[in-house]
Amino acid sequence: MLFEGLVAGLVVTGGVFSLIGSLGLLRMPDFFTRLHGPSKATTIGMGSILLASALYMSARGPGLSLHEFMISLFIVITTPVAAHLLAKAARHRRLPGVEGWTDDDHARNR
Amino acid sequence: MLSVAIDVAFALLGLSLALTLVRVVRGPDVTDRILALDTLYVNSATMLVLYGLKLGTGRYYEAALLIAMLGFITTVVMSKFLTRGDVIE
Repeated sequence: MLFEGLVAGLVVTGGVFSLIGSLGLLRMPDFFTRLHGPSKATTIGMGSILLASALYMSARGPGLSLHEFMISLFIVITTPVAAHLLAKAARHRRLPGVEGWTDDDHARNR
Repeated sequence: MLSVAIDVAFALLGLSLALTLVRVVRGPDVTDRILALDTLYVNSATMLVLYGLKLGTGRYYEAALLIAMLGFITTVVMSKFLTRGDVIE
């Protein structure tokens, strides 16, 4: 019973974090702030649902269930790389960043 | 209790997919669309894992891993194309 409650809590936490990530993607003002939502919140959301799945399958099945950790490891490694490349592409396209800051301001405050 | 929690998480994930889709349609620049598509990929992989948890089988992990890998490769290739004008130079 307690174990089921733990798995249920992890699953709902994952859903809430994914929703927060998408909400940030929709509501933030410019691209560079929009990049934060999915790349952090969605990682935690997927990780917590994968952890719930690993716990549940390990309790039900014959042995430990470790595929989930492979997916989490993959997500944890690849999401920052993708976000970094996207930010580089956005800088290259000279998208407007924080309001009122030009490229010179960024260079001066580096 | 667990089945109710899984249904609630399905509703939350579906809502987040809808919000991401709004950003795909609306996104002012092409980088916003790429970011929203990447989020869409990750959220669909999460949904697939959740579906496997609902059915109680471990049969969907490979599909989720494939979706996550395709999303990552797509994002990297499109950002590279935007930055360099070419994928492999």
